[in-house]
Amino acid sequence: MIKFINFLVAAVFAGTPLLFGTLGEIMNEKSGHLNLGVEGMMSMGACAGFMVGYLTDNFLIALAAAFIAGLLGALIYAVLTVTFMADQNVTGLTLTIFGIGISNFIGEYMIVNSHTNSLKLPEVISQQVKNIYISGLSDIPVLGQLFFQYNPFVYIGIITAIILSIYLNKTKTGLNLKAIGENPASADAAGIKVTKYKYFNILLGGGICGIGGAYCSLIINGGVWMSNSVNGLGWIAVALVIFASWSPVRAIFGSFIFGGFNVLKYYFPKDIFTFPNAFYDMLPFVITALILVITSVRKSKKNTRPASCGINYYREER
Amino acid sequence: MKKLVIIILSLILIFSLSACSQQASETPQEPQEPGNTNADSDFKVGVIHIGNPADGSGYTYAHDQGIVEMQKALGLSDSQIIRKNNVNDTDPTATETAILECIEEGADIIFGTSWGYMDTMEALAAEYPEVIFSHGSGYKSNDSNFNNYFGRIYQARYLTGIAAGLKTETNLVGYVAAMGQDNSEVTGGINAFALGVYSVNPDAKVYVKVTNSWYSPEEETNAAKALLAEGVDVIAQHCDTPNPQLEAEKAGKFGIGYNSDMSKDAPKATLTSAIWNWGAYYTYATEQALKGNWINENYFGGMKEGLIAISPLNENIVAEGTAEAIKEAEQKILDGSFNVFDGVIETNDGSTVGEEGKTLDDATITGGINWYFKTVSVK
Repeated sequence: MIKFINFLVAAVFAGTPLLFGTLGEIMNEKSGHLNLGVEGMMSMGACAGFMVGYLTDNFLIALAAAFIAGLLGALIYAVLTVTFMADQNVTGLTLTIFGIGISNFIGEYMIVNSHTNSLKLPEVISQQVKNIYISGLSDIPVLGQLFFQYNPFVYIGIITAIILSIYLNKTKTGLNLKAIGENPASADAAGIKVTKYKYFNILLGGGICGIGGAYCSLIINGGVWMSNSVNGLGWIAVALVIFASWSPVRAIFGSFIFGGFNVLKYYFPKDIFTFPNAFYDMLPFVITALILVITSVRKSKKNTRPASCGINYYREER
Repeated sequence: MKKLVIIILSLILIFSLSACSQQASETPQEPQEPGNTNADSDFKVGVIHIGNPADGSGYTYAHDQGIVEMQKALGLSDSQIIRKNNVNDTDPTATETAILECIEEGADIIFGTSWGYMDTMEALAAEYPEVIFSHGSGYKSNDSNFNNYFGRIYQARYLTGIAAGLKTETNLVGYVAAMGQDNSEVTGGINAFALGVYSVNPDAKVYVKVTNSWYSPEEETNAAKALLAEGVDVIAQHCDTPNPQLEAEKAGKFGIGYNSDMSKDAPKATLTSAIWNWGAYYTYATEQALKGNWINENYFGGMKEGLIAISPLNENIVAEGTAEAIKEAEQKILDGSFNVFDGVIETNDGSTVGEEGKTLDDATITGGINWYFKTVSVK
């Protein structure tokens, strides 16, 4: 039982960076843009968050810097695909390569110029990002451990997901955005400013991805700079969007489930049955494939990918 | 569509033609003996790294520190060192490109630091007899310009095991391993470590978690977290990031680093680290090449050669008596009276390995350890 609770806690820990990446990508895809640059935007966020934290000793400024870095990455993507109509897949892949490259470049530059050949965040920040403790609530057995003792990112992620869900489903702006994702020409005809919406949501998505990157460099890597700190999580997030069927709230559960898959091999009791390690590594992707098959068999229009996702909108071709 | 194919094919043809002509003109131009350069000025060293020296503490960092040490010892200038970073060792084309770039820039000796470069280096060594190829961690070589090098890191692992065995209070020691049972380098390291723990604390168990990856910050953190949840209070590691040390530090527990001295990352947790002084080999090999007396033999150095060591003990946190116990064992390793894998060793599935009065031979140590010592369990 204790082992199972430890497993759930570890799943949340491992799923949180995926949650940010997934939310960011959902915002991109809802506006009709398949952005494969999640990994790159997360890397930029990881680097900016770490370096600013390192220089300012302030967690909130670091968080803001990570958001802005992800946003700038997304800006490159938005200018190229929305304004210049570049191919979305190619632009996204390039953004990934660029983002990883520039963050490693800056990291290397900082390490070379440090005295100790190592960059470690000051205690102040480590204290700010450590697991919270609410006296009373955190002490409740089981429940306290499950709900009230994570690091701040976990709560920020869940709140972001809920806000995005309200934004998409309960507000007029959200409705307009979904219309653009389904059929930009109709939305345009209805008087919605397509380009403005696309820019806003792509940038917002990029910023959220950036915060996910900061999680990698501040939490997972324990406040010591390492190159390739995101190391493929951004790609899992892209797959997770399908798993969450483009819903921010389902993304919460989806990312924690994927986080669970990630850590399953460390918690599965080996004395009962031993699977090869590759089996565990394969699980999330098999499940994603299964979900793709199931949704395509059901042919339901609900919970599917926005119809115009991946296709650039040429106003003149209406 | 057809047009496109024709254009692409003709482009490929043109490129391959130019590549051929380049090679043809290059080889006969410099009839050099291996490493026959007297003036330091045009002598160059190529290094193929699997990662980035700025990784901070890991494998590539340790190798690059060795290169830097060699550069200082031999007085080479920065322009004489050619580094190729992030060369994927599962991609033969990328490996070949990186090595050819080194050769083009005039490298006289090329170090390939990762296992996967082996076959490519072997092929290119035959093609470029004037360049010396030195490959880390592999087993292939030829009789003129291609050797392999690695070290007896298990000696250091044994000594760090002593520190862990004396420190643990729960009698559970964790170990984050990059690869599973069939990888002799990792498994041998775990066994040497467990033997070290056993030598001072026969009751302690060693719990192993396998990440299945040489470099994965997230996996290594997760594995360390899981180990801590099972009650271990010292975590050793065979993986590239200091994340297991950092997790131990966060939990108020302890760790044993690897590759380089990880106490710079986790000063409150790292008791000591099993470290590589690659500079010992790089200086030795490069000096030979520089002076033109390259001896093409395989190198398997240990503590005696200075290739392997443990970093200074973290005096504030190691258990009492650690320094003395380690010194005693170290002395025996240095004078050759103890070789870690000596005599009959019991494995965790009930069988035994080795013979009384003998020690495992080097071929078995590098390629044939696929069993775990009796106190080890993979969790």
